[in-house]
Amino acid sequence: MAAEVAEAEAADGRCRLRRFSCELGLLSRPDGSAAFLQGDTSVLAGLYGPAEAKISKELPDRAALDVLLRPKVGLPGVLERSREQLLQQTCEAVVLGVLHPRTAISLVLQVLSDAGSLLSCCLNAACMALLDAGLPLSALFCGVTCALQPDGAILLDPTARQEQEARAVLTFAIASADRKVLMVTTKGSCSVQEMQQCLAAAQRAADTIFQFYRDSVRRRYSKC
Amino acid sequence: MAAAFKTVEPLEYYRRFLKENCRPDGRELGEFRTTTVNIGSITTADGSALVKLGNTTVICGVKAELAAPAADSANKGYIVPNVELPSLCAERFRSGPPGEEAQAASQFIADVIENSQMIVKEDLCIANGKLAWVLYCDIICLDYDGNLLDASVFALLAALKNVQLPSVTINEETGLSEVNLKQKNPLIIRKHPVATSFAIFDDTLLIVDPTAEEEDLATGTVTIVTDEEGRLCSVHKPGGSPLTGAKLQDCITRAITRHKEVKKLIDKVIKSITPK
Repeated sequence: MAAEVAEAEAADGRCRLRRFSCELGLLSRPDGSAAFLQGDTSVLAGLYGPAEAKISKELPDRAALDVLLRPKVGLPGVLERSREQLLQQTCEAVVLGVLHPRTAISLVLQVLSDAGSLLSCCLNAACMALLDAGLPLSALFCGVTCALQPDGAILLDPTARQEQEARAVLTFAIASADRKVLMVTTKGSCSVQEMQQCLAAAQRAADTIFQFYRDSVRRRYSKC
Repeated sequence: MAAAFKTVEPLEYYRRFLKENCRPDGRELGEFRTTTVNIGSITTADGSALVKLGNTTVICGVKAELAAPAADSANKGYIVPNVELPSLCAERFRSGPPGEEAQAASQFIADVIENSQMIVKEDLCIANGKLAWVLYCDIICLDYDGNLLDASVFALLAALKNVQLPSVTINEETGLSEVNLKQKNPLIIRKHPVATSFAIFDDTLLIVDPTAEEEDLATGTVTIVTDEEGRLCSVHKPGGSPLTGAKLQDCITRAITRHKEVKKLIDKVIKSITPK
């Protein structure tokens, strides 16, 4: 299967996103797969589903979605469990699970390299994998990480070093319908105004990311 | 009649109440359940607190031990929180290794401690590179009726305020540590974070302090942790229905009000304890 690569760069005044790159359908076994690259951070996502569920796990009225996040080094720990819960509830909010009752949808994410903004890269890879698998979705979502620097400046899509120096790092999952907030998680403390400013910046950046999704999918299917 | 309807159509039953802007237990949408706190109940722990939020009962015990600091942060101690959801507290938790909810709650508490800087790790260091305090904070839920995170954060804060650490000196000649159990000092708590949780219903309505039934029917949850300066220590919205920025702002405003209520309660309790 030919690998498709699309690139996008965003310049939003001072808030720049790093170079994006995405490859859809690169794995042959999963129903949907995507490799998402943000700068030097890359995550590989594979999605199996809707498939038969174990009787203990199956839900009578909708699909049971579970997420597995594997770190680059070592065994998954409490941090990975907490991130899996965030990703699972975000995906459950958009996937129309009621169309596939008593089935299981498994999303497996493998961290290939971590150079900052890992959670938002996982979110983007998850959404692309859902698209590639052709699952019914009520909206798309994208992940944006904002870092608040000590002088109050907002940096989007920070690198690992920028995240460490920042006094707060906020990750948002923005839905494509009305740019509403699907998921928020914060690290460090910030004032209420700063959070609202970061949210506004993230919603603006989401426009670029959704355009990138559209271009990637268009390129993937234009050759078929 | 009402009980039968509640079993067959729980969501519809609930909507009937929400239309009148109230809930089955008589509370308003923005009202918390009765909060009670009891500190110092576990005598074998260095600090403890029992918090009841309606029926949700959470107990936190803090044990302090001595350890050598890590090589790369020689002037920092450790704080190790752990949230346990034993099979005692609710039917759905089975005994065995910690499930996903317990692990996610433990990570959340660790993040709150780190983000709010309520205890600065440098304060736990006794001798640079040689000796530091390790605070093991065990938070155990005894009765799960929703809103675990709020009760856990409150129990942790009350227990830490209650901790009395013995003074430790390092003997210059022998190089060994000497613990003086007669002379105790309280912990330096710099910030007082308080968590407020909301459940999202039908993608639009926000209700505060959900019970276990409400959590099952909800389409999403939001938890906001604020400190006394009105700064946000954590905004935790793990997926669920999407919210606009304005709705999120409403949650934050309610959380700031709740912080004042809880702070008053904690101050009252600490004052009522006579120092030993």
